[in-house]
Amino acid sequence: MSEAVKQKQPAPTTSVEVPSRLPRPTVGQLLRTDLGFVPVLLTLLVIAAYFALTTDGLFLTPRNLSNLVLQITQIGVLALGSTLVLLLGEIDLSVAAVSTLCSVVMGVLTERQGVSAGWAILAALVTGALTGLINGLLVAFIRIPSFIVTLAASIGYSGLLLYLLAGQSTLIIHDTFIVSLANNYLPDALGIGLPTLALLLYIGFVVFNYMRRKRAGLRTQPLPRLLLQIVTVAVIVEGAVALFESYLGVPQSVIFLTGLILLCWLLLTKTPFGRYVYAVGGNAEAARRAGINVPLIRVAVFTMCSTLAAIGGVLAASRGLAVASQIDPTLLLDSIAAAVIGGVSLFGGKGSVWTLILGALIIGSLENGLDLKSQGTDVKEMVEGVVLVIAVAADALIRRAQARRGR
Amino acid sequence: MADSSISTPTAPSRPGQTGVAEPRLRLTGISKAFGAVQALSNVDFEVYAGEVVGLVGDNGAGKSTLVKIISGVEQADSGEIFLEGTPVKITGPSAATRLGIETVYQDLALCDNLDVVANLFLGHEELDIWPVLSEVSMEREALRVLSVLDVKIPSVRVPVSLLSGGQRQSIAVAKTILRQARVVLLDEPTAALGVAQTRQVLNLIKRLREQGLAVVVISHNLADVFEVVDRVIVLRLGRRVATFDVKSTTPERVVAAITGAEFGAEVDANGSNGGGSQS
Ligand SMILES: Nc1ncnc2c1ncn2[C@@H]1O[C@H](COP(=O)(O)OP(=O)(O)O)[C@@H](O)[C@H]1O
Ligand SMILES: [Mg+2]
Repeated sequence: MSEAVKQKQPAPTTSVEVPSRLPRPTVGQLLRTDLGFVPVLLTLLVIAAYFALTTDGLFLTPRNLSNLVLQITQIGVLALGSTLVLLLGEIDLSVAAVSTLCSVVMGVLTERQGVSAGWAILAALVTGALTGLINGLLVAFIRIPSFIVTLAASIGYSGLLLYLLAGQSTLIIHDTFIVSLANNYLPDALGIGLPTLALLLYIGFVVFNYMRRKRAGLRTQPLPRLLLQIVTVAVIVEGAVALFESYLGVPQSVIFLTGLILLCWLLLTKTPFGRYVYAVGGNAEAARRAGINVPLIRVAVFTMCSTLAAIGGVLAASRGLAVASQIDPTLLLDSIAAAVIGGVSLFGGKGSVWTLILGALIIGSLENGLDLKSQGTDVKEMVEGVVLVIAVAADALIRRAQARRGR
Repeated sequence: MADSSISTPTAPSRPGQTGVAEPRLRLTGISKAFGAVQALSNVDFEVYAGEVVGLVGDNGAGKSTLVKIISGVEQADSGEIFLEGTPVKITGPSAATRLGIETVYQDLALCDNLDVVANLFLGHEELDIWPVLSEVSMEREALRVLSVLDVKIPSVRVPVSLLSGGQRQSIAVAKTILRQARVVLLDEPTAALGVAQTRQVLNLIKRLREQGLAVVVISHNLADVFEVVDRVIVLRLGRRVATFDVKSTTPERVVAAITGAEFGAEVDANGSNGGGSQS
């Protein structure tokens, strides 16, 4: 056959992959790889250090950090949905309204209609799925720009939830199961055991994958890098567990949030569906020509996003012990900001789900820290606005730097 | 064959390298009109296994229309299509793919954000167990195909946005091989490339021929055409006006056929005034 094949051993790597041909990556490209989270992490550390110093260490107490994590659960779950939609190159401006609507559906069913908690929660999730389905169908088949569809949906649903509440501005949730969802802490055995089990599974998977690639004659990461990766993940997981355990334990809602992120991560990186999401966000025409059902992917992603918004709404109602007719005015932007600060591109096709935790933590820290310093909404909103603009500007600049370098 | 480099369009005399007389792909009497514009009139076309055919002609000659008919994007008004001698209907792009006819368009249709392996298998992913992607076996297969095509890239796990134009073209072509293509159509494969990268792509086309594929290359660049193709088919104003064997003709004569300087209107003139090179 070709001399390239004869050249050396059967290992095909030797003849095709020529690492020296890789142009030195630019800063912009590095920021889109595994190391993309580093600047975000540094920003978070700077913010944390600033608040620790200016609040006499109050900010860094296990109690406050535990609370902070509880405060960002809803933003995190909504940011997860937003991430999926952003990966497609679309945007969903209805997540906050859908989230609140679904919590109202649940609240009205349990508190006024006497429906059991399980059915009420299911109804909330189905409501979320339906709203997402409608968004998705309008975007995918009628080809209306998603920001218009979802903006209209947002306005419509804020009206609908007022109608459902029938004039009541706050509906207290008494149902003990719903209240327990976001306010319970796991018993130590589960709180330590579950994350540790997940960690062990992860390590097992990484090692298995390494061996498998080695056996198949494929390139593998250098062992030290592999070890560093495992150690980093282990430190983060067990560090977080230790922090929670030194207060009241691991909050149940943290398990919900990380579990959902884990599921979405698996879906996005390990399955054809996830690959198609990235493909549609990267080049929808190429995806279509490859035989991918692009409208179906769009509908599925919008449906998932709104369902996640519903889950966020349920958790928020649980934590707040009430549902309200007033949609939190910063919830929408905070959710999208958490995704974008976490490195998800507004232009589609780029980003991962884990880093949204960093984005949500930055936003939560600003909120929480400024609260500790007794700053009002005025300052908080101005600071958050600036941070969001910086994140979006960084996204655009990175993208431009890549485009200049590309081809 | 000594002097006459022109054969009649449907002549089965071409020694296909597999030794089979029947062309891999044959079109007969293809006509296509867009409203009042007759884009193709009664065109015959054939390409053999292990052969590279250059499809040339001036702007508006009908090259793209012919390729679109072969790739299922357009349907002919009349005419027949045969694959290995069997009549087939190409009702759409997916029908063409099923028949083993793959087209590499100028825009390449790659997802810049995905890595090489993901692009190669896009829409045809292999699974370990449902629904888990089989990254290891896809990567092995990708490396195998790329090594057959003698493609050199930094890594099959870099996003294709980091690759050069020639490398991207190679990935787009490798994709067709993975799909078990039997006929590969390339639309202006070197148009956007520099000298070194053009070389890579011409090399690639030769590899495709070695693999026994039937290859059709649309090109404006006669230097490229003469480097890789076996036969040149010339379209002018929607008609097939000439066919050349590159071994026994010159670029000047092909240019003359393209511009119509050499032949009054129709095919047959048997290389009459071979000198007239300019229009
Ligand atoms: N979709 C179309 N609608 C109308 N006219 C077309 C269309 N496609 C091609 N044509 C016409 O058909 C003729 C042949 O075009 P084309 O096949 O694109 O030529 P080439 O690719 O050789 O430049 C031209 O006159 C062109 O204007
Ligand atoms: Mg054309």
